[in-house]
Amino acid sequence: MNGHQFVDEDEVLFKPIYETSKSFYALAAVLIAVFLFGVVMYIRQFMFGLGETGMNEPVTWGFYIISFVFFIGISHAGTLISAILRLSKAEWRRPITRMAEVITGIVLLIGGIHPIIDLGRPDRILHIFERGRLQSPLLWDMTSITAYFTASTIYLYLPLIPDIALLRDRGGKFHKLYEILSWGYQGTERQKHVLEKAINILMVMVIPIAISVHTVISWIFSMTLQPGWHSTIFGPYFVVGAIFSGIAALIIVMIIFRKVFHFEDYLKNIHFNYLGTLLLVMSLLWFYFTFAEYLTTFYGHEPPEMRVFLYKFIGGYAPFFWAMVACNFIIPVIFLSNKKLKTIPGILISSIAVVIGMWLERLIIVVPSLANPRLPYPTGIYVPSLTEISLLAAATSAFILGFMGFSKLFPLISIWEIKEGREESVKMVSERLNEYLPSKGHIRKEMI
Amino acid sequence: MPRYGMVIDLNKCNQCEACITACKLENNVQIVSKENAEMGRAMFWMKMLDTNYEGSYPDVRAENVPALCMQCDEPSCIKVCPVRATFKRDDGIVAQIYPQCIGCRYCMANCPYTAKVFNWFKDEQPVENEKCNNIDVSVRPKGVVEKCTFCIHRLQIAKEKAKAEKREIREEDYQPACAEVCASKAIYFGDLDDPHSKVSKAMHDYRKFTLQEDLGTKPKVYYLSAKSE
Repeated sequence: MNGHQFVDEDEVLFKPIYETSKSFYALAAVLIAVFLFGVVMYIRQFMFGLGETGMNEPVTWGFYIISFVFFIGISHAGTLISAILRLSKAEWRRPITRMAEVITGIVLLIGGIHPIIDLGRPDRILHIFERGRLQSPLLWDMTSITAYFTASTIYLYLPLIPDIALLRDRGGKFHKLYEILSWGYQGTERQKHVLEKAINILMVMVIPIAISVHTVISWIFSMTLQPGWHSTIFGPYFVVGAIFSGIAALIIVMIIFRKVFHFEDYLKNIHFNYLGTLLLVMSLLWFYFTFAEYLTTFYGHEPPEMRVFLYKFIGGYAPFFWAMVACNFIIPVIFLSNKKLKTIPGILISSIAVVIGMWLERLIIVVPSLANPRLPYPTGIYVPSLTEISLLAAATSAFILGFMGFSKLFPLISIWEIKEGREESVKMVSERLNEYLPSKGHIRKEMI
Repeated sequence: MPRYGMVIDLNKCNQCEACITACKLENNVQIVSKENAEMGRAMFWMKMLDTNYEGSYPDVRAENVPALCMQCDEPSCIKVCPVRATFKRDDGIVAQIYPQCIGCRYCMANCPYTAKVFNWFKDEQPVENEKCNNIDVSVRPKGVVEKCTFCIHRLQIAKEKAKAEKREIREEDYQPACAEVCASKAIYFGDLDDPHSKVSKAMHDYRKFTLQEDLGTKPKVYYLSAKSE
């Protein structure tokens, strides 16, 4: 099998880069309009002050912090899942890893900007570098997010190099860009070896960084004295929630691109089946943490904690709370534990439910605690303003736009890894399987 | 070094709210528009907590607690500030540095007394109000957090005055606006470490308590309970 034939074989993966439909431009135009509207609203907020939002006292954190936690959570899809699957040598990862890593890169950028949008004085952001206090959890957060962003963009970029080299060899548009980005990669033995080694080092490094990021974000809340926040399980609870929402987002992205770019040959039922099982496991794990968190609160029965608890269970935020339970637990469990319902549309429904549910979970964590302060202070009501809603819409469209832009520059499925899978892995896996099995190896070999 | 603190005798307090008004005028605390006040953005450095009513008609006794920044000895707000815009001075006053604040509102989220307020908008007051501003206190820009400072500017002035007159600073030289204006003399203010000061004498009372004692923030604003045995 020579290179040329191979390229033809996976032609459908190159197609999105060279062919752009009219509906693509139409969608892009709509999304850019939404995004620009968000930018205008932000400029208004910058000029007139944070009063443009619906925040007040005591609910001093609102949509921006919710989006911040939510988007950073989604980012765990990517790098963490792709790293874990690579590390565990799961062969079905091959068409998935690239999309997962792209999610991480885009979403981290979007999420990382949110705390700055939330600042009353964004013009003084450099004070954090000039006179930052390392004792403040916000500083830990900034440190871990920048580390994660650096690591995950490199982790996205390295496995992209052989594909960029393929694009460069095809010539055509952006030839110069590909030439620079491919670093003269020719696919020699030495280059392959170095690349593989670098990917291996990064994938091990990325896992602790990813876990630290969401743990530190949860610490922003749990280091305070607020009722409902001051909890030791917040670290793992947030990490589980992050991976949970990340897998759901990944499944949605995969199903959409499968449909739009006709990747049916690459993303098969089995991929969705496996990811669906993973989503079900995370859903159960999420429920376990939620149950443990609220049961201990209820049994402790401290008055300030109970005020927050009741506000969530039967008070003003009850509709959101129970919608969250339905979205995060009931819908995924119904759809994913039932063989008849665990089809691609079923998995899509439960993934969308999980993404909405995880957004609600962040809302449930941030607002009720602030709305019920310890002292008998007039409790707050939080209603987001147009500014906040349009900025959430802008963030979402920035995410889709980022993906659309990426699909026009680079292949969404790692071509060289698919190729490697076809050429080498089948043999490697059968050899590996033989190692696992009890001896009588020669009989087994014949059977395979 | 003195350690400034306050004692509020709830038995003497008649809930006239003169302290709140005095505080607002003394510190140029912004007057927000009606709509914003209804949204919960009214700015007070000192406020009345919700009233408790004891007994039934006609023997009703209202208990009101005037609350300000508790000037904690272990303040939870300064722990989380990312830029050291709030810090504890050697004399125990928890101060704010307005030009340094980036407006992340983390300190507000971590204050168990909800004592801090945020400048949601640029000054909304009519221009004529500027003439009434206290020239000793800076007007805060939009987007920063502010709170009670025990009228720290008065301490500055008192110190300078005492220095010019070549004497030690006296208790009556430095009194915050709320303590000065209190008609029923319910607010005592001064050096908690000085055994002869009025405040430390008032503190030695079995009715003494602080808000949220169990959190370990060690407030320097003490209350004397209104209940008498």
